[in-house]
Amino acid sequence: MKIVVMGCGRVGSALASELSAEGNEVLVLDNDPTAFRFLPEDFRGTTHIGNGMDIDVLGKIHLGDADAFVSTTRGDNRNVMAAQIAKHVFGVKIVATRVFDPLREEMYRNMGLRTINPTRVQAKRLKRVIEAPSDEAANELVTEFMRQEGL
Amino acid sequence: MVIEAKKGMYIIVVGGGKVGFHLAKELVEANHEVLVIEQDSVKAKEIADELGDIVLDGDGCEATILEKAGTARADMLLAVTGDDEDNLVSCQVAKQRFNVARTVARINDPKNEQFFRKLEVDITVSATSAIMAHIEQELPTHHLSVLVKLRGSGLELVEVRIPDDSRVVNQPIRNIQLPYQSMVVLVVGEDGQPKVPSAETVIHAGDEVVAVTLHESEEQLRDALLSPATARSF
Repeated sequence: MKIVVMGCGRVGSALASELSAEGNEVLVLDNDPTAFRFLPEDFRGTTHIGNGMDIDVLGKIHLGDADAFVSTTRGDNRNVMAAQIAKHVFGVKIVATRVFDPLREEMYRNMGLRTINPTRVQAKRLKRVIEAPSDEAANELVTEFMRQEGL
Repeated sequence: MVIEAKKGMYIIVVGGGKVGFHLAKELVEANHEVLVIEQDSVKAKEIADELGDIVLDGDGCEATILEKAGTARADMLLAVTGDDEDNLVSCQVAKQRFNVARTVARINDPKNEQFFRKLEVDITVSATSAIMAHIEQELPTHHLSVLVKLRGSGLELVEVRIPDDSRVVNQPIRNIQLPYQSMVVLVVGEDGQPKVPSAETVIHAGDEVVAVTLHESEEQLRDALLSPATARSF
């Protein structure tokens, strides 16, 4: 698949490198050139410096040819705006985005974006870690969380 | 600026920068019920000092803040922050969750206009486009200027002054190859007399021509009406 990842933070870079390692054609977009330092040395995808909310920038990287677009910047509004441009202007079939605000996350999910909200899951997990009877039990819980995600 | 509407609407202004502040002031003077939502508490206080208790300190993209603002009973929400993405989301939350009848977004990047209107934004206002339109009308080299965009259809009304060397000079309209969905609707001769053209109307150098066209066909229309006669041999 041809996949565009907007935002090369910790999540974006990890996602891009995993998708690339699995043989996908990945392009990572970030307006801060220093952000690409998060990518592993052996990253085989492409990097592009630019604003993912700019229709011209997205045209230049031929977003219309992509199978999937995912936005992972720190800003909810930036993420949903870029995702909607990908979907409505460039007709990308699979559009996913991270939204920290649970209310906005639900709303955009109902509007046809594939959204994920890390806030609630993390709060629940943190609570369970605090409530663990000992440090060891807490560590075991964290290992279990990682195992569930295949890490 | 006068907003033509019934007196006494409830209008929410998201963003208390220069645009938001002056807009709120005008609206208050026009007897509307106004609430400004501004997330910078220093700015929020400044507005409150000036305009009174009509400011809510918070993020106008958040449903909880919009709830507190009584958005459900608002007649209009104007999102006028300096960031297009914030204005878009504010309008979308207002529409989706609170069913606000009219949402208006200030747009900084003119390329976003069409896309915003496809989504939950009823009206877009772009200072960049407005200023560009003025410049285009002034520039003699830039012959085609957009007068108004017809909402929904993607059509726009454009004005063009026919240059002396255009290939359409002394041609009847039926000889002009206009692009898809384009139509000449008015011709004003150098004598200032407007006429609704027929297929037989002959175009003269210096005529002001008003045409309707698709935004996408602008370039082709420009080409059809403005290219010099030598560009194509008849």
